[in-house]
Amino acid sequence: MITVNIDGKDIQVAEETTIVKAAESAGIWIPTMCYSELFEPYGICRLCSVEIIRGKRTRIVTACNYPLRENGLKIRTNSPVIQEIRKVLIELMLSRWPNVPVVKNMAASLGVIEPKFVSLERDEAEDACILCGMCVNICRDVVKANILGFANRGIKREVVLPYEKMNSECIVCGACAYVCPTGHIKIKSLDYERGAVADWYLGPKTAINIPTLQAVPRVPKIDEESCIKTQTGGCGICSTYCEPEAINYEDKDEEVEIEVGQILLATGFQLIDLKQMPQYGYGRLDNVYSSLEFEHMLNSTGPTGGLVKCKDGSEPRAVGIIHCIGSRDENYHKYCSRVCCMYALKFAHLVKDRTKAEVYQFYIDMRAFGKGYEEFYKRLLDEGVNMIRGKVAEIAEVHSGSDGKPYLLVKCEDTLIGKFREIALDMVILCPAIEPQFDAADVKKIFSISQSPDKFFLERHPKLDPISTMTDGVFIAGCAQGPKDIPDSVAQASAAAARMLSLISLGEVALDPVKAEVVDEYCSGCRICNNLCPYGAISFVDDKKISNINEMLCKGCGTCVAACPASAITGKGFTDMQILSEIEGLLSI
Amino acid sequence: MSTTKEKSWSPRIVAFLCNWCTYTGADLAGVSRLKSSPSVRVIRTMCSGRVDPTFVLKAFKLGADGVMIGGCHIGDCHYSEGNFKTLRRVEMLKILLDQYGIDPRRLRLEWISASEGDKYAHTTLDFEQQLRELGPLQLTE
Repeated sequence: MITVNIDGKDIQVAEETTIVKAAESAGIWIPTMCYSELFEPYGICRLCSVEIIRGKRTRIVTACNYPLRENGLKIRTNSPVIQEIRKVLIELMLSRWPNVPVVKNMAASLGVIEPKFVSLERDEAEDACILCGMCVNICRDVVKANILGFANRGIKREVVLPYEKMNSECIVCGACAYVCPTGHIKIKSLDYERGAVADWYLGPKTAINIPTLQAVPRVPKIDEESCIKTQTGGCGICSTYCEPEAINYEDKDEEVEIEVGQILLATGFQLIDLKQMPQYGYGRLDNVYSSLEFEHMLNSTGPTGGLVKCKDGSEPRAVGIIHCIGSRDENYHKYCSRVCCMYALKFAHLVKDRTKAEVYQFYIDMRAFGKGYEEFYKRLLDEGVNMIRGKVAEIAEVHSGSDGKPYLLVKCEDTLIGKFREIALDMVILCPAIEPQFDAADVKKIFSISQSPDKFFLERHPKLDPISTMTDGVFIAGCAQGPKDIPDSVAQASAAAARMLSLISLGEVALDPVKAEVVDEYCSGCRICNNLCPYGAISFVDDKKISNINEMLCKGCGTCVAACPASAITGKGFTDMQILSEIEGLLSI
Repeated sequence: MSTTKEKSWSPRIVAFLCNWCTYTGADLAGVSRLKSSPSVRVIRTMCSGRVDPTFVLKAFKLGADGVMIGGCHIGDCHYSEGNFKTLRRVEMLKILLDQYGIDPRRLRLEWISASEGDKYAHTTLDFEQQLRELGPLQLTE
């Protein structure tokens, strides 16, 4: 530790501390424009200039990159000389960028209103680049992509990309836009696949995030695809802030083997990809949301704090909710997704509650099938929601509004009045179809169960046994079996759990009695059956020169029974005698 | 006279259906109220691999006009590979049937999964129609 004197105060600091940090710990403000703790001090703005006094000699240095190494150094941060230097510096900046807020504010705090200089490169823009170099530094030191750089000298100096072109080395992390003090660098496009997202994006905005405050478990996760660390090896800022050192970049998914007796498949559903239906403009038109995105917006801990807002921040004047996007549609899924009608009504209720907007529901049939649902539907009708029965053909963006604000024109058929209608809306919410998980076919193979024609998992019996499958010990619940709402999922899952528990409490499993058996006297030891068994249950007993079936391994398919030339193998429950008698009986009529 | 006889005649089909796929598929066809052939007389086996060629010959001998064997799709067999064995046996059996003077078209092997109730329905109807065209099986002693 060393002791230095800043503006008359004695301060103890660690060696190699910069003057800016030492002053900060003493509560003394030193103006900076290009300084950030995140990267190496650059010392380009010179606003942090201070006087250091060593004995009788006085020097002017930049506080951001001057490391303190000796005891007893005196520092003056606000002497008349320093004040004059800073004034000149900020006047030069103000003359060139007179409308940039950070420059104007800094000038005001240093007592400058009007610059006395006239700049040849005067830039009136509010978001002009002030050449602070923060973007260049963060890209080089933190992101380690090293893609931004300065070009030219003097008044022609500018921040550029190599060859002034976007290139693949840029990982679109958005760090430059984040650090830019004037907003000159902007994140324009919403790139779902990778990288930084625009302000109005409703999902998580950082690579390390807690998806929602209701997430279980409520711990942050790192999105590997957009994390700077996994892409370039740079950054790692989150780990420097995490005191318990809980962040581990090396952690990977691992496969763990667990032995279990029963399995409940509750693998859920996914929503149909709305981008395959371009007529609705999802992902192309502003203010067209999927129901899940809108749900996120309604969440009081969500991006808008629960307010219903258009992308430009204004309150929508009219909101449309379109049912059955991909459900009950011959082109996509023939089945009804079941949950959409009710959440669409809830949306209408909440939009009415939180805004003054008109609400339109575009539906095919209202299916308020559950307990209390019909009553809710009636209540919504009384609240004055516009119900339009018919499919929407197209959503188009129109710019000819009287106030110049673009709006969405929904073209639809109203079958109740028998007319085509065009309705102007500010926001549209699409209710996408529930569909089986994309990898349901793989899961099906693993557990040797079946899928129904709509690709949801097939239950043992549609009416009498909707929770178990054709494979013993494998149960299904929730939307993995078919679209259903929360009460139905809870009921089905509880039933499955109870069924599993009943088997556990029994302590033993009743096996299917259907097994194959070798009648020793008839077996000639030909060994034809030995290679047929897919379970390796048949072995050859060398000393007796006959084949033997291990009852525990046998699953009772009967392939060996059919193949045995000596009829020495019998399949319990399906013996030759039984089946031949069946044939006789069936053909006797 | 002959027309009324033809109308009153309907083929007799013996169907060996595997427990896991086609039998369940037939069940689904029923639950879904699909129209399937009433000529089909079903015998359930655990796997289509259980179907001994003797059963098929016996069925023809006892007066069946057609025999259908239903199993899981290739790769979907509940017993991993039982249906491969069925496939081999049926191909050989068809050659044998031809030698006995039985049209091999009277033996059908169909892969129908548990979810394909509609496939079960139209396959059996189609088979029935085909057997009507072939007429009754006439075996000489």
